[in-house]
Amino acid sequence: MVVGGGIGGIQAALDLADSGFYVYLVEKSSSIGGKMSQLDKTFPTNDCSMCILSPKLVECGNHLNIEILTLSEIESVAGEEGDFHVRLIQHPRYIDVDKCIACGTCAEKCPKKLADDYNTGLMKRRAVYIRYPQAVPLKYVVDKENCIYFEKGKCRACEKFCPADAIDFDQKEIERTIDVGAIILACGFQPYDPAISDSYQYGRSPNVVTSLEFERILSASGPYQGHLVRPSDAREPKKIAWLQCVGSRNTRIGNKGYCSSVCCTYAIKQAIVAKEHSDGLLDTAVFYIDIRTHGKDFEKFFNRAKGEMGVRFEKSRINSILPGRDEGNLEITYLNGEGKVAKEDFDMVVLSVGLDIPQESIDLAQKMGIELNHYNFVRTGSFDPLQTSRPGIFVCGAFQGPRDIPETVIQASGSAAAASSLLSGQRHTLTKEKEYPEEVDVTGKEPRIGLFVCHCGTNIAGVIDVTEVTEYASKLPYVLVAEENLFTCSQDTQVKIKENIREHQLNRVVVVSCSTRTHEPLFQNTIREAGLNPYLLSMANIRDQDSWVHQSNKAGATEKAKDLVRMAVASAAKLSPLYRTKLPVVKKVLIVGGGIAGMTAALNAAGQGFEVILVEIEKELGGFARNIQRTLQGDDVREYVANLIEAVNHHEKVEVLTEATLAGFSGTKGNFKTELSVGPTMHHREIAHGALVIATGASEYRPKEYLYGEHESVRTQVELENMLSTEGEKIKGWKNVVMIQCVGSRNNANPNCSRVCCQQAVKNAISLKEINPEANVFVLHKDIRTYGFAEDYYRKAREIGVHFMRYDEHEDPIVERADGKIHVTFMDLALAREITLESDQVILSTGVVAGNTEDLASKLKVPLTSEQFFLEAHVKLRPVDTQSDGIFVCGMAHSPKTIDESISQAMAASARACRLLSQDWIDVGGIVARVDPELCASCLVCVRACPYEVPFINDEGVSEIDISSCQGCGVCAAECPAKAIDLLHFEDTQILAQISALLEAS
Amino acid sequence: MRLTYPDSIRIIRLPCTGKIDVIHMMEAFRKGADGVYVAGCLEGECHYLAGNLRAKKKVEYTRKLLDEIGIEGERIEMYGIAASDGPRFAEVAKEMHEKIMDLGPSPVKRVVRKGVPS
Repeated sequence: MVVGGGIGGIQAALDLADSGFYVYLVEKSSSIGGKMSQLDKTFPTNDCSMCILSPKLVECGNHLNIEILTLSEIESVAGEEGDFHVRLIQHPRYIDVDKCIACGTCAEKCPKKLADDYNTGLMKRRAVYIRYPQAVPLKYVVDKENCIYFEKGKCRACEKFCPADAIDFDQKEIERTIDVGAIILACGFQPYDPAISDSYQYGRSPNVVTSLEFERILSASGPYQGHLVRPSDAREPKKIAWLQCVGSRNTRIGNKGYCSSVCCTYAIKQAIVAKEHSDGLLDTAVFYIDIRTHGKDFEKFFNRAKGEMGVRFEKSRINSILPGRDEGNLEITYLNGEGKVAKEDFDMVVLSVGLDIPQESIDLAQKMGIELNHYNFVRTGSFDPLQTSRPGIFVCGAFQGPRDIPETVIQASGSAAAASSLLSGQRHTLTKEKEYPEEVDVTGKEPRIGLFVCHCGTNIAGVIDVTEVTEYASKLPYVLVAEENLFTCSQDTQVKIKENIREHQLNRVVVVSCSTRTHEPLFQNTIREAGLNPYLLSMANIRDQDSWVHQSNKAGATEKAKDLVRMAVASAAKLSPLYRTKLPVVKKVLIVGGGIAGMTAALNAAGQGFEVILVEIEKELGGFARNIQRTLQGDDVREYVANLIEAVNHHEKVEVLTEATLAGFSGTKGNFKTELSVGPTMHHREIAHGALVIATGASEYRPKEYLYGEHESVRTQVELENMLSTEGEKIKGWKNVVMIQCVGSRNNANPNCSRVCCQQAVKNAISLKEINPEANVFVLHKDIRTYGFAEDYYRKAREIGVHFMRYDEHEDPIVERADGKIHVTFMDLALAREITLESDQVILSTGVVAGNTEDLASKLKVPLTSEQFFLEAHVKLRPVDTQSDGIFVCGMAHSPKTIDESISQAMAASARACRLLSQDWIDVGGIVARVDPELCASCLVCVRACPYEVPFINDEGVSEIDISSCQGCGVCAAECPAKAIDLLHFEDTQILAQISALLEAS
Repeated sequence: MRLTYPDSIRIIRLPCTGKIDVIHMMEAFRKGADGVYVAGCLEGECHYLAGNLRAKKKVEYTRKLLDEIGIEGERIEMYGIAASDGPRFAEVAKEMHEKIMDLGPSPVKRVVRKGVPS
C-alpha cells in the first residue's frame, strides 16, 4: 500500500506494480497528482510541470495492478511486516464513477461558487468539481461541506442535469480493511502558512502571495490564464520581490529550524519565468540569507539568473514589510549585506514558503506507531534513509525531509525497492493479467469499417448535428456500420461495438468522440476483446477539437466534424495490425562500481532474488567512503562500510569481481553482453545480463591552489577528518584554524556546487571546537549550504563559536607563508573590508569532481553532462534511468551527494533494474520504425539523425533499427532521403491519406 | 479550458513533429490547403529530445520551396506550444487563421479552379 498520491506515491506505485505486486494507492483528495500538479514550471530546465506529470497520471490510472483509493483515509494499521491489516475509511464522492463521463454539466449547473483550493483560492470553483482538467481519476466530486443540498436540504441541480445519471446522493462512507505486506508513506508536505506570523502583510495585502500562489498566477490554467498580473488590480507588476526562508531556518516562529532545501531554486525559477512573461522588463529581486542551489546543475541556473537574466540577489535581513507609497505596493525595509538599512518599494511580494508537515500526517504517524523527528518529519537513520521506526513501513519524499521532485522520485523508487525485497517471495502472486481471444488475421482483406459516433451527452450533440454526421459517415468508402451512441465510452456501448465487430466481420473500427489521450486505451482494449489487433482503431476527436471549441458555430462545427470523420476513415482503411515481439530477459544485473552505492544496489537486487555481478576496478570494495570517518549526525561510516563489504562478499547471489574493468559492451535491455578484464592476470570474462547499474562514484578535487602540497599545514577536509580520531593531542595545539569553502567548486573550471563540502566543514569545525574549545575556527565561504536538517548543525557550530565569514566570490582568498604561520587574506563582505587572519592551519573544503567516466560512457553509449557526470534520462522524473533503456545510474557518478542520498539512489537504481528483471519477457515493437532494406542506400542519415542512436548498418550493409530500443518518434523516417524508413501506425501512406481525405472533398 | 478558436483548423496527429516531412506539407498545399502550421513542444523541451528542431528546419525549407514556386511562404509556420498552454494554442490558431485570411485562398486553388489539372 502506498499512502499519498503525489509524484512520490505515483512513482512508488508504478515501480511496484510493474515489478509484479498489486498496489493500493491511497489518496485523501479526489484525485492523484499532489503538489506537482499545481506547479507551473519545474527547475532547472523550466519544463512545464503538468506536461511531464500527466503521462504518469494516465499510466497510474490505467494500470491493471494499481487500485487507486481516492477520498480515503487510514484509520489504523494492525499486524506486522509482511502481514499488515489496514483499516481505512472511503468518503463518498456522491458521484457514480462508473457512470460519470466528466462532461462538466454538473459543475456548469451548480449554483454554488467558492474559493478553489487547487488554485490557492485565487479562482472560484463550484461545489461539484474536478480539481484540474487532467485529474486522475477524471471523475467529478461533490464537495459535501459546500453543497447547497447538504446544507439546506434542497437543490440537486447537478442531479437533474447530469446526462449520465451519475449523481448519487445516497452514497455512504465505506469502511474497508485491506491486507498488505508493506506500506510506503508518501504523504508529502504542505506549504508553510505565512499567516501564522503577522510580519509579512500576508492576508492583509492581496499582492503578498506565497510561492505556490505565484505558481498558479504564472500557470496558463491558473486564474489569469498565464498573464502575469497582481491580484489587487490585475495590473502587470513592474517590480517583484521574493523573500526567502519564510517558515524555514527560523527557530523562533513555529519551530522551523530546518532549511526547506527547494525554495532558493524555485524562487530563481519563478524570477526567470516572471521575467520571460514580461519580455525581460520586470525588475526581480530575491532577498536571501544564503543562496542554496546545491542540486545537479542548479548553480548554473543561478548563474544564468544572475547573469543574462538580470535577476537581483540581495543578501539581507528583512526588518519590515509595510504598505508602500503607491496603492497596492509594498515597502520592504532590510539590512543589506553590509549591515546598512535600506528601503525599496515593490508592486508584489512573493513569500518563498518552506515545506511543512500537515497535522493529518502527524496524526497518521501516530496511528501507525511511527516515530517523527523534532520537526515532525519521519525519523530515519543515516544509513537507512527510507526505513521508518516500524519494520515493513517505508517512507519517501518530503515526509522524510524537505526535498525536490527528483529526490522524491529517487526515494519513491528506493522505497519500492525496499518493499520489493521484503515481499520478493510473493512477486506475481496477486497481480492480474489480461487474456484476449486470438486475433483475426486481416492481411490482404478489404477494409470493413465500423464507425461509432458519440453524443457525449450534450457535449458533442449540443453543438454538432450527430445524426447528420453519422449519416454522412455511413456513405464513406468501406464503412459498413455507422451508429450513434449517447456515450460511446459507456460499458454497454463496448458490448455493442464488440457485437458489431462479430456480426459484420468488421476489421477496422473508427470511434468519433473525444481525445486519444484519454480514450484510445479503452477502445483499443474493446476491439482486442473482439479479436481485432488494437492498432486497427482510428479516432476522430469531434469534442475537444470541435464541439468544445466552436460552441457558437454549430454549422461550422458540424462541417468540421464531417472532415475529421472523413480523415479518420481514410486513415483507418490504411491501418495495418502491429505486433509485439517477446524477448526473454536475462535475470541478472551487472553493477559497475563497488562503493556504497554499488554495494547497496547489489544487496537490494540480490535481496529481490536476482543474480548480481559486482564489478570493482580497485582491489578492494568500499570506494570513496573508506576516507570518511563519521556522518554529520555522528554515525560511524567505517563500520558501516565494513559491514556492507562483509554482506556483499557473503551473499550467495552476489559475485564480486575486483580489479575488473569493462572491455566491451553490446546488446539491448534485457539482453546485454559485457566483456570484462578481471584480476591481476586480466583474464577475459563474458557476462550475459539483463540490466546494468553505473555506480562508479566520483573523485575529490586535488587542489593546486592555496599552497596545498607546498605547506604542511594546508590540508583538505578529508585529511583533517582522518587526523581527528588519531591525532587529538596535536590538534589541541592549534589556536587558529581557517577553512576555505568552494575550493574547486563554483568557479570557472567547475561551475557547480559540490553539495557536501559545507556539511563537511560544519562537521569538522564542530569536532575541532569539541577537541579544543579555545581554538578559533573560521569558515570562509560564499554561501553556507547546510540544507535540510543539516541546518541544525550549522546553528550549533555558530552557537559554540565557529566564525562564518563571507568572502567575495569574485576574489578568492590569498594564502601566504609568514614566519611559520600562514596568512589568509580575503575581502569580508559583511565588514566590507579586507581582513588577514593569522592561522596555524588552513583546511581546504575541496569539491567533488567526476571520475574518469568518458571511456565507460562511450562503451555504454550513455551521455555525460559537461562536467562529466552521467546524464539521467529526465532530470525530474527519470533521475536514475539513462537514455539507454536497461542502464541505470546512482550515487556520485550521477552528481555529488551525501551517503544517505547515495543509498536512496542506489535503492532506486535497483528498483528500476529489478522492475525490468522481474518480467520474464519484454514486449517490444508496436509503434516503431521499420527499414525497407531494398530501398536503403546506407547513407547513414538515420544513424546520425536518431536522438537515441538506435539505427546501425548491419552485416548486409543496410540500416537496421532494433525494435527493442526504438522510441517511435519517427525522426529517421522523416529524414531518410530514400524513404526507406516508415514509422508504423504513422506511415506516410496513412498521413497522406488523411491529407487527401481532408482536402479533396472540400 | 474549451477556449474558442477559428473552425478553419484541422489537426493531423503525429507522434513528434520530428516525423513531419516536406512531402506532407507540400502535398497539403498541392491538394489545396491555404495554410499549414506545425505545432510542437517548446524549443529545448522536445519529448523526443530534438524532433521539434528538425521540424523547424523542414518548415523553413518548405517555406523556401513555396516562395520559389510562387506560393506565399507565410502560409507555413512552426510554433512551439507547451502541452498545458491552452491559451497559447488558441492564440496561435487565431494568429494563423487571420494571416491566411489576409493572404486569401492559396494560389494553387485559384489555378485548380481555372481548370488546370492538379
